Amino acid sequence: MSKPRKVIVVGGGLGGLWAALSVAEAGHQVQIFSLFEVKRSHSVCAQGGINACFDSKGERDSIWQHIVDTLKGGAYLANQPPVKSMCEDAPGLIQTFERMGVTFSRTAEGLLDLRLFGGVKHRRTLFAGASTGQQLLYGVDQEVRRQESLGRLRKFEWWEFLSLGLNQQGVCQGIIAMNLRTMEIKAFPSDAVILASGGMGQVYGHRSTNSTNSTGAAACRVYQQGAWFANTEFFQFHPTAMLGDDKTRLMSEAARGEGGRIWVPRDAQDRRRANQIPEQDRFYFLEEWYPSYGNTVPRDLASRAIWEVVHKLGLGVAGEAKVYLDLTHLNPGFIEQRLHAILDIYRKFHGTDPVHEPMEIYPSAHYAMGGLWVDFERDDTTGGIKHGSPRNHATNIPGLYACGECDYGYHGANRLGANSLLSASYSGRVAGESVANYLQGLQQGHPDSQDPIYSSEIKHQQGVNRQLINNQGEENPYQLHRELGELMSSQVGVVRDNQTLSNAIESLRTLQQRSRNIDLQERNSWSNQGLAYARQLQEMIRLGEVIAASALHRDECRGAHYKPEFELKLPENASAGDPAYETYRNHWKAQNQNWLKTTIAKQTDWGPQIDYQAVDLSVLAPEEPRDYR
Amino acid sequence: MTEKIQFRIRRQDTPYSPAYWQTFQLPFREGLNVVSALMMIRQNPLTTDGMKVDPVAWEFNCMEEVCGACTMLINHRPMPACSTLVDTLQQPITLEPLSKFPVIRDLMVDRSRLFADLKRVRAWIEIDGAWDIHQGAPRISPEHWQDNYLYSRCMSCGSCLEACPQYAQTLPFVGAAALAAVRLMNNHPTGKYHRKQRLHAIMGEGGLSDCGNAQNCVQVCPKEIPLTTAIGELGRETTVQMLKDLFGSAD
Repeated sequence: MSKPRKVIVVGGGLGGLWAALSVAEAGHQVQIFSLFEVKRSHSVCAQGGINACFDSKGERDSIWQHIVDTLKGGAYLANQPPVKSMCEDAPGLIQTFERMGVTFSRTAEGLLDLRLFGGVKHRRTLFAGASTGQQLLYGVDQEVRRQESLGRLRKFEWWEFLSLGLNQQGVCQGIIAMNLRTMEIKAFPSDAVILASGGMGQVYGHRSTNSTNSTGAAACRVYQQGAWFANTEFFQFHPTAMLGDDKTRLMSEAARGEGGRIWVPRDAQDRRRANQIPEQDRFYFLEEWYPSYGNTVPRDLASRAIWEVVHKLGLGVAGEAKVYLDLTHLNPGFIEQRLHAILDIYRKFHGTDPVHEPMEIYPSAHYAMGGLWVDFERDDTTGGIKHGSPRNHATNIPGLYACGECDYGYHGANRLGANSLLSASYSGRVAGESVANYLQGLQQGHPDSQDPIYSSEIKHQQGVNRQLINNQGEENPYQLHRELGELMSSQVGVVRDNQTLSNAIESLRTLQQRSRNIDLQERNSWSNQGLAYARQLQEMIRLGEVIAASALHRDECRGAHYKPEFELKLPENASAGDPAYETYRNHWKAQNQNWLKTTIAKQTDWGPQIDYQAVDLSVLAPEEPRDYR
Repeated sequence: MTEKIQFRIRRQDTPYSPAYWQTFQLPFREGLNVVSALMMIRQNPLTTDGMKVDPVAWEFNCMEEVCGACTMLINHRPMPACSTLVDTLQQPITLEPLSKFPVIRDLMVDRSRLFADLKRVRAWIEIDGAWDIHQGAPRISPEHWQDNYLYSRCMSCGSCLEACPQYAQTLPFVGAAALAAVRLMNNHPTGKYHRKQRLHAIMGEGGLSDCGNAQNCVQVCPKEIPLTTAIGELGRETTVQMLKDLFGSAD
């Protein structure tokens, strides 16, 4: 075996811990950097489940169907070989989790139980009550702790990633990080870096289901050092989130998978309590509009339907932007067992009991389908990825890899529910294997920590801190973040148009200016949370511009990106074979000619530069438009 | 009508500096929880004396009681600040850092011992590797699952340790969280294989026998984990293990 090398993993959620585990098992030294104890990462917020084909419900489910559902659900925008491999490897991944001790829910026979999720017809989602993400993360966390006790891995918790150490050739050779207690800035040389920094929901501020640390700042920092973003205009709005001033908390799609129904009163003036409104006065709009998939249509469609009911039909409950998610018709014992975690959240934060009263929900920014661009190598004999290729999950910066929500790999224009725990775990494992092989090919190790590639970067980062600390501006960073959230959710949200997007970009630039004129209001130089926050805020605003610019450039509707001006409407009462439908199909194909391509955003001095790249469609040719009616 | 709420907050600038108290006043809002109140304070950190002060530092992340970060003493009781609604609390609301862990700053504490103790009791399943072995673990009955799932929701918040009279920075007791993890691992079908090592890890100093049976832990656990049940089960198991160790056994 070649010389053991050092690998840094930034982020300790599912993606990061899986990557760390697979690099450590390959015999290399791993350092995990995290803003807090890794066990508190945002992966714990995933509730409903993780997809893998087990076909144990007598429904003739197949891995091929998982592949098709994922590709179609994503409006064909995902590169297909990685999706194919992910779906094929999913059952094995679940079994590994099971061996790690994850408490998956069980059937009477003691098998792994499955539930229904959105955008599919087969029960394919494994779950652990309604806290699946928490359970999966803990499983890997335990194994990482074991590696740690064996001395193969070290955690740097309470450290914030600031930038990469890049050598003269632009190869990544470590990171610069800030200690969140002492605020010291230090270099950590390594032979490769895996970025697993999670999502960027905080760009939508308090109007997001994301944890407060899911800012996307780390990804945006490597973007400024030359890494590309891809498909950032595709941002998933989860249809069912609780309303809230501080956060819109997720109410899992599992609620609908287990039989929950979404409705509003048919009469906008109806002010009766929900349980006093009889069946005939209720508008179950998803069931009416999509009789075939009903309440479990893909999330982009469900969120848009809610938007339409509230804003176009004016049917929001009590005239407000909210609709009902109803579980009251289901057996209380059954839902308590299957959904306890979310019922508990709703009771604690809203004060009413979803067993007796329908929940009030509205769509909220939830998941970035886009993210850092990553490569893959296709294996022509299998049609999937070439396992172990060092190209898999490599960014365009040599030596820098990305996995988990911060990459753009698997979900195209819209992610199916319960595919994110899968892609986070799977991509972490693949990135780890890939890095191990990248290290095999390395001729030279990293320089020592005194090397100018690090010291110049440290100096630069210290300058950023100094400027923020010494600045006596008048802007309040917390207020600016709130404004960013409002701006992004109202102007770069579920429904978009070009004029609004152009305005949003202007407003974001103004916000960026204002974010340089901040008053930190904080004199204590120890554990200075305001400083870290102000730095993240500037990245979030920058990311907002990347998202808005990517959205502005794409003149079509695809998955989560919806511009009504360019909408191709499915013909009513027509299905495949009907002339109207075939005309539609031809238009849809013509649109694919123009727009079925990956958006690439590159940092320039004047803002993001948008380019496009072909999508690998070698697994499933886009012949069938999405039709969930 | 704008109702006002008052917070008395224990401040401490560094781990080594003295603590002091400050009072803040906020307008009440329907559904307000302690984390969002702290967010309002940090946006405009003005005490009731009209003094402009540094924002209060505290830990938080998920805001939906699943990450365990924001646990603090709220009116002297360990609670997750995110899911504690202000209108359920008596005024003025007192906020203090957990007292059983070293203070970092203000309401932030260093809970690294909690994770070190998970290492000490070997709270993991010893798998051959995280690669595919083309089979899963043995089956688990739904009843067995239900028991285990109760324990697997422990988010390492530290409430049980805060409430425990036997747990202190100067004492070696591992506390209920790590013991419950042993209970969970020992009941996994292959985790059982290393039952003995885990039991031995909690049979020495700082282990199970240091539990004083105050039963505070189970009362403060925000996830209602049956911690005392776990401790009871482990009591029986360690006794049996001790006899086996004494007289020898095929196991």
